[in-house]
Amino acid sequence: MRPRKTNTLMIKIENLVKTFGAKRAVDGISFNVERGEVVGFLGPNGSGKSTTMRMITGYYAPDSGKVSVGGNDVVESPLAAKRLIGYLPENAAAYSDMTVVGFLGFAAEIRGLTGGAKQKAIGRAVERCFLSSVLHQSIDTLSKGYRHRTCLAQALIHDPEVLVLDEPTDGLDPNQKHEVRNLIRELGKTKAVVFSTHILEEVDAACTRAIIIDRGRIVAQGTPDELGRPLEDVFRRLTIADTVKA
Amino acid sequence: MKHIWVIAKRELGAYFTSPVAYIFLVIFLLLTGFFTFTAGQFFERGEASLSAFFGWHPWLYLVLVPAAGMRLWAEERRSGTIELLMTLPITPWQAIAGKFLASWIFLGVALALTFPVVITVNVLGSPDNGMIFAGYLGSFFLAGAYLAITCMTSAMTRNQVVAFILSVVACLFLILAGFNPVTDLMARWASPAFIDTVAAFSVVTHFDGFQKGVIDTRDLLFFLSLIGFSLFATGVILRNR
Ligand SMILES: Nc1ncnc2c1ncn2[C@@H]1O[C@H](COP(=O)(O)OP(=O)(O)O)[C@@H](O)[C@H]1O
Ligand SMILES: [Mg+2]
Repeated sequence: MRPRKTNTLMIKIENLVKTFGAKRAVDGISFNVERGEVVGFLGPNGSGKSTTMRMITGYYAPDSGKVSVGGNDVVESPLAAKRLIGYLPENAAAYSDMTVVGFLGFAAEIRGLTGGAKQKAIGRAVERCFLSSVLHQSIDTLSKGYRHRTCLAQALIHDPEVLVLDEPTDGLDPNQKHEVRNLIRELGKTKAVVFSTHILEEVDAACTRAIIIDRGRIVAQGTPDELGRPLEDVFRRLTIADTVKA
Repeated sequence: MKHIWVIAKRELGAYFTSPVAYIFLVIFLLLTGFFTFTAGQFFERGEASLSAFFGWHPWLYLVLVPAAGMRLWAEERRSGTIELLMTLPITPWQAIAGKFLASWIFLGVALALTFPVVITVNVLGSPDNGMIFAGYLGSFFLAGAYLAITCMTSAMTRNQVVAFILSVVACLFLILAGFNPVTDLMARWASPAFIDTVAAFSVVTHFDGFQKGVIDTRDLLFFLSLIGFSLFATGVILRNR
């Protein structure tokens, strides 16, 4: 592997705010992700993880604050930013009428890959996500784990510099979870990766850094060691207010 | 342009991998046949023209075009794939155009499959084939206008049935504004100038010329602006989703 500068800033988030009606889903979040980092985004359900990721990927426009990806402001130059990103949305939506290989081909073509480059990209994504046994199966007949990995393969198809993965291990069995975590760690060596989870063991298994959010705000961040142990106690202490209130 | 085509290709694939497309084509052909030969009294008219065929299109499309287009955006919203689509490096406009084009091509295929009526009328008599061509062109644009409206209603909801109903209602207005029984009714209280203004918004008024074999740029412009406006509105709706 070619050695790369590891201190390149890939995602820069400043004071992000998003409100839905009266509900402030994201309330002034700022953080950076550099190449070579895997940032775990932790928080209880409804704490604003998905909303933040949707603003990074340009699906939601922030009410205020800024996101830039690879130096491109997501609101002002969305295409340049989106080209750098591979995104696995929550629930891993995929076109259910397509076959796995058809769907990946579509993703590749949209990313400007054709002919041999397209075939190579599909082959690599299929191998990374262990999809070779279901290549020609229609997506609506896939089990949840395969469906999830198909959508993950879509996110990896153009070998992006930035990966945004919303609950990438959701719905996978323990073996698949293990494989995906290894994959994330591997990808994190050369890319900037943010992934959300509420499974604490994933922090130790895959992250170089974790950010804990609660009710739209960052309540702690650091390496797993810096956050303290056991992680579960740290997490519960920081985010318990929500559960008590609810 | 390339992106538009990638989107359109995917969308066309979605039509033809599902049996719904073939059912749609069969129903389309059965209904055009029924309206032309039975309700339209094609043979009884004893004239070598397709007026019995084209005359029904505004009504036929009222149901068939919304049925063909209702899933375009509603299904993306229901299944959540819209999030994927909108985070790909394409502009919303490219996605809108690609989807619209795919459906329009699909409707064009359905329309092209009615070619046996053209053969029939040419075997039975000697029709003005230029007029028939104009009729087909007008019919294609009429379908495009309805389809663009369906795109718009489909973008409003995640429920295909709601999209269908909204689209039928909107298209019905565009027919009725220039439909003779309605304009006659309005004539009792409204000034002729008012009626003409309302009728100018009707697809029937603008489709008439094509049926008579006249390709008027104003009529073409009408359909094109209706398509343009509806697709623009689709973009606004999607942005505020
Ligand atoms: N499109 C939306 N409309 C209204 N409320 C929303 C929308 N998306 C998210 N929310 C609300 O914002 C909060 C944060 O949601 P989300 O970012 O999905 O949390 P997480 O991914 O951490 O579980 C939740 O209370 C949720 O109900
Ligand atoms: Mg979420």
